[in-house]
Amino acid sequence: MLDQLISSLTDGLLLGFVYGVAAMGLTLIWGVMTVINLAHGPVIALGMFGTYLLFTHLGLNPYLALIPVAGSGLLLGFIIYVIAVHRVINAPHLSSLLATFAVNMIIIGVCTAIFSTSPQNIDYSLGSVELGFLTFPASRLVGAFGAVLVTAGLYLFLYFTRPGKAIRAVANNRMASELMGIPSSRVLALSFGLGTMLAAVAGGLIATFFPFTILSGGPYELKSFVICVLGGLGNPLGALVGGLILGGLEGLVPAFMPVSWVPVVEFGLFVLVLLVRPSGLFGAK
Amino acid sequence: MKAWLKPGFWLPLVLVLGWGLVVLLLRQDTMRESAFVLLMSVGLASSLNILLGYTGYVSFGHIVFFGLGGYTGFYLISEQGWPLIPAALGGGLLSAFIALLVGLAVLRLRGAYFALATIGINEAARAFVSNFQPYGGATGLFVNFSAYEKYGGAGEALWTTFMLLWITVMVVLVVSFLVKHSRFGLGLMAIREDEDAAMVMGVKAPRAKTITYVISAFFPGVIGTLYFFKNGNIEPGDAFQLHMSIEMLVMVMLGGMGTVMGPLAGAVGYQWLRGYLLTSPLFKNLHLALAGVILLLIVLFVPAGAVGWVRGRFPRLKRFLE
Repeated sequence: MLDQLISSLTDGLLLGFVYGVAAMGLTLIWGVMTVINLAHGPVIALGMFGTYLLFTHLGLNPYLALIPVAGSGLLLGFIIYVIAVHRVINAPHLSSLLATFAVNMIIIGVCTAIFSTSPQNIDYSLGSVELGFLTFPASRLVGAFGAVLVTAGLYLFLYFTRPGKAIRAVANNRMASELMGIPSSRVLALSFGLGTMLAAVAGGLIATFFPFTILSGGPYELKSFVICVLGGLGNPLGALVGGLILGGLEGLVPAFMPVSWVPVVEFGLFVLVLLVRPSGLFGAK
Repeated sequence: MKAWLKPGFWLPLVLVLGWGLVVLLLRQDTMRESAFVLLMSVGLASSLNILLGYTGYVSFGHIVFFGLGGYTGFYLISEQGWPLIPAALGGGLLSAFIALLVGLAVLRLRGAYFALATIGINEAARAFVSNFQPYGGATGLFVNFSAYEKYGGAGEALWTTFMLLWITVMVVLVVSFLVKHSRFGLGLMAIREDEDAAMVMGVKAPRAKTITYVISAFFPGVIGTLYFFKNGNIEPGDAFQLHMSIEMLVMVMLGGMGTVMGPLAGAVGYQWLRGYLLTSPLFKNLHLALAGVILLLIVLFVPAGAVGWVRGRFPRLKRFLE
């Protein structure tokens, strides 16, 4: 029993790292421009399909494929920002929520027409790893490792490079940073690009675990909301911890009640945290 | 001037009244079905508008009240043998009661936090109902065919349901107008513009918001019962479709938020457009993408919606388009 519990917990935690990367993109965008990006899910799905297409048609190793996927994610983010978000950046929340949702509908609509909604999977296995009584697919371990690498990269970028520092300055106070000569529109576009890039990478990693369809981004978008709120909206490192908490819950809950109760627990927790501590478990009060 | 003397009060009502009468006189089944869907959209969009348009709070999970009310009403009809009207009211009241409980907690949140919480509530409610055995779990419930006998057979029952929906929609429009033109409504609009300032000026914001939430949750509950009674079965996937919440938002935005006429125009316009896109051979694969493009264009360039735009452009028509 305990063995089983520990192995399902490990499984959940390894997944949690990847959930964390997806949520990091969402929380970065929120932190910099207080926009909730409802086009997050479709971008995750695009990341899955990008990796899939590069793997099946060009025979690229799925982990190498993540690099071009990340680059296109960044570019896509720029485009979305310029077309849909820039005009409503100072408007009430409703406008930016609906604008990003419109982008969501456009991506899903176009991709459903191209790819249909039939499930795909990346037929690439790394075998499995055994640690004592634990056995899990090696792809989970590589995925978690990739997630840690991405997080470290994001941290270094935000704290030790000029554009990263500019992003933090704009997140802190947009007007003051503009007065200091930071081109805020460009910084906002960069942050949005980074946010979608993280989503695309997370999608690519998830695609190496599970089969997926073009609609698969939706559940991960919802999980990202939960994680962002757990870790504190606008706190990218909190997102990783939030991801681990959610992954852990997904590992533990099925041991005590039917699997179908997992969403009830997740969203119940989500609403509870929003009510009790809207700044997140680790956010400043 | 008394509210009921204004042309803006009568115009939407007369339109819906005339529409319903035409359908009842012609008595064609296909016409009734399409009118049913349209009227349902009008009712749902208008009740969302009472919250969204007047207080500026975005609810992404408004369909949850449609689902919960529908489930409750349906349960009362099929398992407890209640007649349709009390069951519909029961569904509405349960929705309103849930809204009261949820509202007391969640309406403390503002802006995007509130919007996120409503998404969470929708997902939690769907997951809960899928696991709640009295409501049939994941497979849902079915109406026993004999339930339709009371209304003179299934065919007649559909007409009765249509008439009830028609009346409900008119009630929603009246309530929407009365809220907008009352002192209470002015308080709500003050909250929409600046909640802190409104509270300083003596608007009891938490109470006003909760009452509004309860009102805007009651009608989707009633409409939900009618809709699922007409369908004859109910299951979690149908009852809690997040995209229907979004469609309600699009309808309100298309017509113009904060107006009585807007949701009516927006719902009819949206459904017409959707029908056109779904059936045209050129666009049928891309209808979702095109709907997205239209939504984006509205949000970016005409945020006041069709009715709001006309009101701003032709001030003389303001009297007619509330």
